[in-house]
Amino acid sequence: MIVGEFVKKAKKGKAGLEDFYVKLFKDLKRINQEYDCFITLCEEEALKQLENLPKGRLYGVPVSVKDALCTKGVQTTGGSKILKDYKPTFDATVIKRIKDEGGVIIGKTCMDEFGLGGFSTNCAYKVPKNPCDKNRVTGGSSGGAAVVTRALDAPHIAIAESTGGSISSPASFCGVHGLTPTYGRVSRHGLLDYANSLDKIGVMAKSISDIALMMNVISGFDERDMTSRKEKVPDYTMTKSVKGMKLGVPKEYFGKGVAKEVSDLVWKGIKKLESKGVKVREVSLDMTKYSLPSYYIAAMSEVSTNLAKFCGMRYGLELPLKKEGFNEYFSRVRSVGFGSEAKRRIILGTYARMSGYRSKYYLKAMKVRTLVINDFKKAFKRVDALAAPTMPVIAPRFEEVEELSPLEAYKMDLLTVGPNLAGVPHLSTPCGELRGMPVGMHLIANHLEEKKVISLGGAFNE
Amino acid sequence: MVTEELVRRVAAVARLDLTKDEVEKFTSQLSDVIKWFDELEKVDTKDVEPSFHPLKTENVFRDDEPGECLSQEESLSNTSHKEDGFFKGPKSV
Repeated sequence: MIVGEFVKKAKKGKAGLEDFYVKLFKDLKRINQEYDCFITLCEEEALKQLENLPKGRLYGVPVSVKDALCTKGVQTTGGSKILKDYKPTFDATVIKRIKDEGGVIIGKTCMDEFGLGGFSTNCAYKVPKNPCDKNRVTGGSSGGAAVVTRALDAPHIAIAESTGGSISSPASFCGVHGLTPTYGRVSRHGLLDYANSLDKIGVMAKSISDIALMMNVISGFDERDMTSRKEKVPDYTMTKSVKGMKLGVPKEYFGKGVAKEVSDLVWKGIKKLESKGVKVREVSLDMTKYSLPSYYIAAMSEVSTNLAKFCGMRYGLELPLKKEGFNEYFSRVRSVGFGSEAKRRIILGTYARMSGYRSKYYLKAMKVRTLVINDFKKAFKRVDALAAPTMPVIAPRFEEVEELSPLEAYKMDLLTVGPNLAGVPHLSTPCGELRGMPVGMHLIANHLEEKKVISLGGAFNE
Repeated sequence: MVTEELVRRVAAVARLDLTKDEVEKFTSQLSDVIKWFDELEKVDTKDVEPSFHPLKTENVFRDDEPGECLSQEESLSNTSHKEDGFFKGPKSV
């Protein structure tokens, strides 16, 4: 059942919410045992929410939340040991908006530590397993969100977050829909920042209409996030006809490093859209090759400053106090609290910003980013949206990921970092399977044109 | 050129104590990554302005009026290192 129908039923008092939630948590516990997708389940809090639930647009809907968003009174770790037992004193704006509309927070989903990974294997707690094949990774960093969305047979919407592809990658690998909105469309207040100029809170769901419904609730200006956009929020559930829409196929996204079987399936998807009246043409995104290093310099520079605040004081991991300097205490806490990938990126980001290197790396990357954005702007003068593979391969096996060097792992983000660096909205939608594993097709539109990708995704899945 | 000495120096700036193994491992891994970063030198960025955000952002101002804030108790609710309503740090002096 799509979520919209469930809400209607619940509002009429016909969803039997109390019994529904008792069964739901049984199912969630079973799924969690099988695939390791939640860091925290909030059964008690959810049942408490039911006692006084606003009859809003999400009345009675179970919502899982990536553990990167602050939830009042519920442990929020960002997937890191350094925030173990941290219970925020406030709700992130997105969470507040969901609760105000009658959405019920069911738990906090697994992720790579602070979002630093593309497979959900850099996890300080549990490493989630792919519901399509437990020997394979889920994609990351919002791996837990994709697992719950795929494995749970009940109405549900997942809140996820993307910095460089963390919604699209797991959506593609687990075979669900995932929308990453325009940078600033959704308030980041209450998000544990990874990279402020790149982070976007978004949505995963089993149907495109569920995504549209949730986008209506969480989008819009927030005075607590100065980068949130003031433009009016359209009704995302009112889709447009795709007939006559122009779809660009960036040739660089079908080239080296992309499995041919994956490209072929995505091309089949493009042909399907063509049969619905969409006009297809080739376009070029010349800077694709350079978007990867530019993205990683930006992301690492920003994460190295964002993680500076975690130091064992005021909240999060604490060690016994000794007679020592503050710096010695901070270093002790940070050295045991952060995992390897966090340390690697802190060091790389600190290096890229250090005097003597700042213009060579950080500023250079920001200039290349301008060229990447221009590439997309140029393409969107000719077409309404772009279509490409989301990930270059199907979900790899755990042992295959273990063998990758950090650099090889970063290069797997080849197709997702461009739209993220440019801050343009993109939707990953399943477009077929290879040997039982899902493949995702990316639909990308210009800034604030979420509706185009939602409409295209809707038409494709009709 | 990334040396063990450089990795240690940067780690100290970032308040990280690394083990000997970590220093060794990171030195070779970071060399790879930084060599890759150097590829950006091939891109001509003469007269290109940097984009610190994907869309143009503006400073947002509001009147400087006190609003709601956390109580002292709430502020201290996430730490055991506290005393007399204050946060407590190491005995640095």
